[in-house]
Amino acid sequence: MSHSAPLIQTPDGTMKAISKALGKHLVSIEEANHEIAVHIHCDALVECMIRLRDDCEYQQLMEIAGVDWPERDPRFEIVYCLLSLTKNHRIRVHLTTNDDQPVPSVTGIWPVAGWLEREVFDMYGVLFSGNADLRRILTDYGFSGHPQRKDFPLSGYVELRYSEEEKRVKYEPVQLAQDFRNFDFLSPWEGADYVLPGDEKSGEVAPQQPASKETAKRTVRKPKATGDKA
Amino acid sequence: MSMQQDLAPTTGDEVIQNYTINFGPQHPAAHGVLRLVMELDGEIVERLDPHIGLLHRGTEKLIEYKTYLQALPYFDRLDYASPMAMEHSYVLAVEKLLDLEVPLRAQYLRVLFAEMTRIKNHTLNIAHHIIDVGAMTPPLWLYEIREDIMAFYERASGARMHAAWFRPGGVHQDVPLKLLTDIAEWLDDRMPRLFEDAMSLVVDNRIFKQRNVDIAIVSKEDAIKWGFSGPMIRGAGIPWDIRKSQPYDVYDRMEFDIPVGTRGDCYDRFMVRVEEVRQSVRIMKQCLQQMPEGPVCSDDRKVAPPKRAEMKQSMEALIHHFKLYTEGFKVPAGSVYVATESPKGEFGVYLVADGSNRPYRCKIRPTAFSHLQAMDFMSRGHMLADTTAILGALDIVFGECDR
Repeated sequence: MSHSAPLIQTPDGTMKAISKALGKHLVSIEEANHEIAVHIHCDALVECMIRLRDDCEYQQLMEIAGVDWPERDPRFEIVYCLLSLTKNHRIRVHLTTNDDQPVPSVTGIWPVAGWLEREVFDMYGVLFSGNADLRRILTDYGFSGHPQRKDFPLSGYVELRYSEEEKRVKYEPVQLAQDFRNFDFLSPWEGADYVLPGDEKSGEVAPQQPASKETAKRTVRKPKATGDKA
Repeated sequence: MSMQQDLAPTTGDEVIQNYTINFGPQHPAAHGVLRLVMELDGEIVERLDPHIGLLHRGTEKLIEYKTYLQALPYFDRLDYASPMAMEHSYVLAVEKLLDLEVPLRAQYLRVLFAEMTRIKNHTLNIAHHIIDVGAMTPPLWLYEIREDIMAFYERASGARMHAAWFRPGGVHQDVPLKLLTDIAEWLDDRMPRLFEDAMSLVVDNRIFKQRNVDIAIVSKEDAIKWGFSGPMIRGAGIPWDIRKSQPYDVYDRMEFDIPVGTRGDCYDRFMVRVEEVRQSVRIMKQCLQQMPEGPVCSDDRKVAPPKRAEMKQSMEALIHHFKLYTEGFKVPAGSVYVATESPKGEFGVYLVADGSNRPYRCKIRPTAFSHLQAMDFMSRGHMLADTTAILGALDIVFGECDR
């Protein structure tokens, strides 16, 4: 270990003790980057958390983070970061869920979870059953959509301005003077198979390497634009 | 009046209904854009619902579209009262994923400036807490300290607030020797003079104590349940400080004490911050004494850029520079949660890397979320005027809370 990030020493037998406490609810437990990640079933969350708090001394819930993996089947990963003040140790508890499968709320164990779950609901649309106050928290009143999902555009769908004529704040569809440029830096130096606009007309386009998303989009859009003019 | 007469059981009885008021979103004591919907029974707060998110800028979403280095300046703009403390969590998270070693001088410089940031943050919070409960002079003196610190920031990084000076691998540039000697002189003379002068007006002041002692008492159990950290958990009497228990950079070489409160009220939280400023001065002095000479950034050219002079001579250095500032560096896949002791409490970064040059997910754990959420139970039964004292002692900055 050469980095100088906060030093967390895992006491011997921690993984074993956690596995024993969680029993059949445990899916897997792993240590990576000097941190312990515990994967559990979504339904057993509350029971697992009570055991982790009471038997394993993880008294504090510091954070609930959502992660969106659109290509996986249970699409969302919910990560609970727990802290033990007595053992001076941290673990993460992971579970996966979909937008139609509610996660049991842990507000009964830690009241702090109230807002943390609200934020995950706001950002990802994951429901928490048992959270009495599951309103949006960070987005605007009347906002629709869940902005942290990977399929939500960075610019959003609406922009607002104050209209001098109507004397009120107006929402309008986003209009950018310049398209957001999402550079593909991952393979520009070696063998990137860029298709120039118009190349596809030559009929011999059968790219061995799949073109990146950006170029694919560009080639589709260009002929359309010229077609409109014609 | 007619409505009250209709409801009154007998003539002459007064029936008062609870009413709801808005505190903010534009209120000088709200420390930013906070809207508190308060249900009052006369002047007693019955229920309080903080509406946040008015400063939400989508920082976490923006970071997903930036390289690791481009994402860094967003952290200055979270808690703009303590910018370098925000950068600290992020750079440590990136370094942890890369398992990157940081030169010793850079670690000392980071700790030096992190503690300077703590003083910067605490003087701002102490000043605003004092001004919220009615005193005017001490804040002006405390602002002089803040002004000095911003001048030091500028001499180190070129910017007074949004420094972007901590970088994965170390710090951006070395500091001149004159800056270090000036900081040492400032710590010996001007800083304690200004600070102790201001504090002498406040800490034993009768009115200040009347406004703060026994206001919003938080027990140890509540502090744990509500996820408190930093001065809030120490004010409740739990000696918990990440700098001590999970030391990062060179905090394990520093000698300092952790102040704790005895009653868990607003006055305790205030006094914990006052003492932390003195402890920060101690840490800064130790940094200045022990700081070795040497490089201030990692020499791993796949992460940290080469020196300008080197680029004039070496083709390889030029290529590295070009690649780092266009493509950026790649971070191996994995996830870490790194939390540091920011002036306001535990500031954490949960970073998920997918092996590319951009963070797949960067969840920021703001300190304000748990503290502000607890304000409902802390304020119940207190007077309307006490909410400003409670809010002042929470130390909230909305850049960080709303992200």
